Amino acid sequence: MADDRVTIEGNEAAARVAYACSEVIAIYPITPSSGMGELSDQWASEGKPNLWGSVPRVVEMQSEGGAAGALHGALQAGALGTTFTASQGLLLMIPNMYKIAGELTPTVFHIAARSIAAQGLSIFGDHQDVMACRQTGWAMLASNSVQEAGDLALIAHAATLETRLPFLHFFDGFRTSHEVATVTPPTIEQIRGMIRDDLVTAFRQRALSPDHPVLRGTAQNPDVYFQARETVNPYYLACPAIVQNAMDRFAELSGRRYKLYEYVGHPQAERAIVMMGSGCGAAEEAVEALNAAGQKVGLLKVRLFRPFDLIAFAAALPESVKAVAVLDRTKEPGALGEPLYQDVLTALHEAGRSGMSLVGGRYGLSSKEFTPAMAKAVFDNLIATRPRNHFTVGIVDDVTHLSLDHDPAFSTEDPASVRAVFFGLGADGTVGANKNTIKIIGEDTPLHAQGYFVYDSKKSGSVTVSHLRFGPNPIRSTYLISRASFVACHQFHFLERFDMLGLAEAGGTFLLNSPHGPDEVWSHLPRSVQETILAKRLRLFVIDALAVAKENGMGGRINTVMQTCFFALSGVLPRDEAIAAIKKSIQKTYAKRGLPVVERNWAAVDATLDRLFEVKVPAEATAPTRRRPLVSADAPEFVQSVTARMMAGEGNALPVSALPVDGTWPTGTSQWEKRNIALEIPVWDESICIQCGKCVLVCPHAVIRGKVFDPALLDKAPETFKHADARWPDRKGQAFTLQVAHEDCTGCRLCVEACPVKNKSEPRLKAINMAPQPPLRDAEAKNWDFFRALPEPDRATLRADSVKDVQLMRPLFEFSGACAGCGETPYLKMISQLFGDHALIANATGCSSIYGGNLPTTPWAKGDDGCGPAWSNSLFEDNAEFGLGLRLAVDKQAEYARELLARLRDDVGAELADGLLNAKPTSADVRPQRERVKQLKEKLAGRTDAVARDLIAVADSLIPRSVWIVGGDGWAYDIGYGGLDHVLNTTANVNVLVLDTEVYSNTGGQMSKATPRAAVAKFAAAGKRTAKKDLALLAAVQGQCYVARVAFGANDTHTLTALREAESFPGPSLVIAYSPCIAHGFDLSKQLEQQKAAVQSGHWPLFRYDPRRKAAGLNPMQLDSKPPSLPLKNYLYNETRFTVLVQNDPASAEMLLREAEAEVADRWKLYERLAATANGGAS
Amino acid sequence: MTDLTACYLGHNLPNPLIVSSSPITRDLDQVRMAEDSGAAAFVMHSLFEEQIESESLDLHHHLEAGSESYAESLSYFPNMQTYNTGPDGYLEQLRRVKAAVRGPVFASLNGTSAGGWVHYARLVEEAGADGLELNVYDIPTDPNLTSQQIEDRLMELVRAIRQQIRIPLAVKLGPFYTAPVNLLTRLHGAGATAAVLFNRFYQPDLNIDDLDAVPHLKLSHSDELLTRLHWVGVAYGRVPIELAVTGGVHSARDVIKCIMAGASGVMLTSALLRHGVGHLRQLLADLRHWMEEKEYESIAQMRGSLSLNKVPDPTAFERGNYMRVLRQGVGPTW
Repeated sequence: MADDRVTIEGNEAAARVAYACSEVIAIYPITPSSGMGELSDQWASEGKPNLWGSVPRVVEMQSEGGAAGALHGALQAGALGTTFTASQGLLLMIPNMYKIAGELTPTVFHIAARSIAAQGLSIFGDHQDVMACRQTGWAMLASNSVQEAGDLALIAHAATLETRLPFLHFFDGFRTSHEVATVTPPTIEQIRGMIRDDLVTAFRQRALSPDHPVLRGTAQNPDVYFQARETVNPYYLACPAIVQNAMDRFAELSGRRYKLYEYVGHPQAERAIVMMGSGCGAAEEAVEALNAAGQKVGLLKVRLFRPFDLIAFAAALPESVKAVAVLDRTKEPGALGEPLYQDVLTALHEAGRSGMSLVGGRYGLSSKEFTPAMAKAVFDNLIATRPRNHFTVGIVDDVTHLSLDHDPAFSTEDPASVRAVFFGLGADGTVGANKNTIKIIGEDTPLHAQGYFVYDSKKSGSVTVSHLRFGPNPIRSTYLISRASFVACHQFHFLERFDMLGLAEAGGTFLLNSPHGPDEVWSHLPRSVQETILAKRLRLFVIDALAVAKENGMGGRINTVMQTCFFALSGVLPRDEAIAAIKKSIQKTYAKRGLPVVERNWAAVDATLDRLFEVKVPAEATAPTRRRPLVSADAPEFVQSVTARMMAGEGNALPVSALPVDGTWPTGTSQWEKRNIALEIPVWDESICIQCGKCVLVCPHAVIRGKVFDPALLDKAPETFKHADARWPDRKGQAFTLQVAHEDCTGCRLCVEACPVKNKSEPRLKAINMAPQPPLRDAEAKNWDFFRALPEPDRATLRADSVKDVQLMRPLFEFSGACAGCGETPYLKMISQLFGDHALIANATGCSSIYGGNLPTTPWAKGDDGCGPAWSNSLFEDNAEFGLGLRLAVDKQAEYARELLARLRDDVGAELADGLLNAKPTSADVRPQRERVKQLKEKLAGRTDAVARDLIAVADSLIPRSVWIVGGDGWAYDIGYGGLDHVLNTTANVNVLVLDTEVYSNTGGQMSKATPRAAVAKFAAAGKRTAKKDLALLAAVQGQCYVARVAFGANDTHTLTALREAESFPGPSLVIAYSPCIAHGFDLSKQLEQQKAAVQSGHWPLFRYDPRRKAAGLNPMQLDSKPPSLPLKNYLYNETRFTVLVQNDPASAEMLLREAEAEVADRWKLYERLAATANGGAS
Repeated sequence: MTDLTACYLGHNLPNPLIVSSSPITRDLDQVRMAEDSGAAAFVMHSLFEEQIESESLDLHHHLEAGSESYAESLSYFPNMQTYNTGPDGYLEQLRRVKAAVRGPVFASLNGTSAGGWVHYARLVEEAGADGLELNVYDIPTDPNLTSQQIEDRLMELVRAIRQQIRIPLAVKLGPFYTAPVNLLTRLHGAGATAAVLFNRFYQPDLNIDDLDAVPHLKLSHSDELLTRLHWVGVAYGRVPIELAVTGGVHSARDVIKCIMAGASGVMLTSALLRHGVGHLRQLLADLRHWMEEKEYESIAQMRGSLSLNKVPDPTAFERGNYMRVLRQGVGPTW
């Protein structure tokens, strides 16, 4: 083993170099590049120096556009700088990129290349983002692996100084950015050897300085602009040779040699693939396998895409090649071909390489798998009579029939390698353990190691699949394992859901975490699992890992136990050595968190092997049952044929024709995905329940429902269906039931915490209590179905100002994939109950767009009348504007409809027309107006004149629309603030809901301007030093929009009132909602108490600012909470985000606490003054 | 001149008054004021076994929660270089208190079982503690746990701590042991230099409106002293271990009783929390005044004078007391 080898992700490989070569680093979080910024911030907070012995300045900006702007300035003022980004973030940098290139400014942006949001957002990898920059004048250098991500990062930083061209250094998002691999990163001496001081000095001398002033950024006119644009040509012409020189110099220093265009394969190849990025790994394996089988094929890896050096490119392609396939990991709709294809076509033409057939194709969009089998299909296509051009590979295109078939049986896996696949839960620590395993093997043995991890689309109960390869030979396999020598199932119930043994190769090992012992487990296995074990002659091992973990104080984290089993069974290391290595790794990983953590993990390791058993596999399958169907037979056809297959992990097999052409999907699909992730669910005690509705209100996943109904309907109730007399004064004689959607519950316990009732005989029990789910599953399924079939109460009889009544309104936001205990979703659910049947929702990118819109199933739903929220996510930065657009459209169409209606008044009848025209635009008028519109359409049915046809088309807009603009604090306080500010300064009737978690939750906890002082977050590892921006106050002092700050756990009635007032306000409204989040680091089941503490401590004063009150001579500002009565630290120090600073840096924590206390006191005084004055301090 | 000097836990003290384990040692100003008022030594506030464990485990739990689950948010917190879990903060405060006073400072560890946390005993020694008080706050709620097991577990813990340190070790006990005097002998055998009688158990109160048991903390009262006097008096001179009293010492007369029962050290918390640490000055003045009035030359002269071995009527310490009380009609009326 080499001493300088490390096991790291591609992001870290690139960030190490970027950090060393930079003085200013401007960052903004975006997946999958965030890790590079996070590491930079962490290193800076630790005082790690750059190449020149100084700690880089790392600054988080409000958007990627901001980061690019700040960096542009830093570069102009002479600081070496870098940034990291991807996808939409890179697009936001494009305006600055033109400037930076136009001014011949050396810098490197490191890009974890990612899809662009088009018909849908995708966080995964392809080249759409970087290809959108190819016209900006930047050099573009592609890395194909984790090793290259570090090496080419350095070559880019070296070359940018000499060429004076800015470089985009990119590698594939996730496949490279998140792959963990054993690599030898550039050493500091090698970096030193590549970065020339004279060039750094020259760069600094070009900086703007009052000591030798110059002017840049002039406005140029027709007389000179064109010529000036042509001045840079020599720099572009010189660039390729400089890059190659840098590569050669790097080879001298490191021994690793790179070419601008690197050919591998048969020296007399007849067919070749040209491509760039991680797919080269898979293609190279195919090339070797095909050549070994007697074919003559090759692969030309493009590293320098811009400036494209046609001479070097043509020289790299063997003369013998007669057919070329160019593979692009991007799509340019409407183009004659994708960018690399077009460039290669041009290059070969200009190089005079004629007599060659050339085709182009697309592969791998959004991290779609690209395997050696697909590469083989591409080679096969080249020898077809008429090779298909503009093909796709890796999908089935049954619409335009462009896709190539491939044979999944073609495999190039190294037989000398161990290939292991682990199915685990996010919560059980499987991925973390596997990352440790890779480190152990990669750093303690001579073996090569690789890990890649596939995650769920849900944030609660999420499933993880780890793909690990180990072997004596270097690993280039940039694709998932499909032939595993070792398969581990870390959760027994997965056997029902996934065909994991489909990945096992014959004679392989299957490790199962099982509550059933070696003698009993066989009878508990599904039949298909038994059959596969027999057919593939798998060795089966079981361990009750949960028991071992619990006995050793590890709770549900079985990671260490299963890791120990893997080492024991895989034989990668001798057992004793493996155990010692695991313990050493535990010590290294957890020591800083305290000895108890280390000791418990060690104890679990020691207790494991005695509990690991091989199962004597019977001769035949004995289980009678097959897997349960994934969705109910009652589900709509689309759900059955498309959604269900995605749920089953078979989405890759869906053909093009199965998918919507324009990104339009049905709502209400989460109800069909029964995930059964809760080990315990709430159970209602009807005998003591006071029917207050608190549990319904707080449930983040809308699994607790209340209904009142005619007791006569109970005749057909299932045996265990519970009910009680309704406890409403005006509903005497009716029955009430509180029903739990047991298969959709996440087990967060928030309902139990919210319940105000105690059992008088046994006060530990409440009116709702947790109980194990599996024994209840069958009975509750019948109860839930019966409950859903009960009629909904007439909304006209419900009081929307009463929490008790709102519980009876059907939520049209249900069963989302949000975290267990999510503090955001109760607000959305309440909005859906109050206004859902006439709501249009614009949702900023973030947590709420992910649990709101991430496929396969989504939570926004519709009622029995078919009406419900229409929802859309545009982007992160534009959501306020997008929502305003929705309102403008609705208003304009309503206006047009009224104009048409006036013209057709006599035709439709005066009474109906007046009813339609005079209806109030309020929620209460929705249903009568909807009825009138129905009558209108009936009256106009059959009319063929343009006026009537138009009126029918726009008639629905006469129904009041409740437009909601929803997003998190990252959007509202940072990237979208400009737009939000603008929208709040219009007169448009839009309602803005800011789900304020005080941190970028979706991208993993980066600081936003909503982050409070003293909190630790990513990008604020030393604790945030500035105050939380007071967005509510900023909006209120404008004086013309409705503003409220709410916290449902502190005062649910206040939240209800504020949302209703906001919605009824005929202009813009802003409601900022306190939203406890997993990133706060406390038990979210205690969030109601913590929300109260936030209010009582003055951290989160409740208020409403209603401009309507001015007309009545009242102060629009109403302070709705009492003066701070709880010491601030009694609130702060319940949460890890604050206590971690106390542990890490007590002196700073103390100082920031004092500042925060003063801030809270000052803010309260200001609020009091505003609430006390005649007009609230604003006019 | 009346000699108030005492010797406790291997240290010669100007008087027997020791500031018991309490929040007072969290505040250096209070510590300095206490010493100026006459405090002869200090027992630090306790470092709890559970505190050490839970701080570490809670941190670990919350740093891991939700991590490695969703591709966009593989963690939620920055990876800090250090978290200073464990005793670092405590050790730092111990050093500060040591630096602030002239008298000895005893560290206090609070726990019930021999686990990895016992190595903190060595750390407090290295940080300069002049002795260690092991506070055994054991609430045996397990119906299957026998008294023998409880005592054996205690001895195992004391031995484990003893192995970690060379400084003197005191063990602070609760009053609910079956055979306290035998236990004291065993403690000495396990390595304890002194025993501190008794811990005050903070029994929860019952809230009949909210239907809950609620933590309940009340300052002590002189009445509580009787249990201590009883058992110190019974043990003094009969077991080879130093004795100290804590719980219920409020006045100079209380102090005198403790010494006459056999205590080497007299510890105070409630009186200082109620009256302020300056109360020590009054106690010492009263003590000196009483001794002068009664013509006692020294504390040593008083020590143990009213213990079971030396009291004129030892039956008061035994069943005889019970019989006598009954005869006086103070007990049950049957």
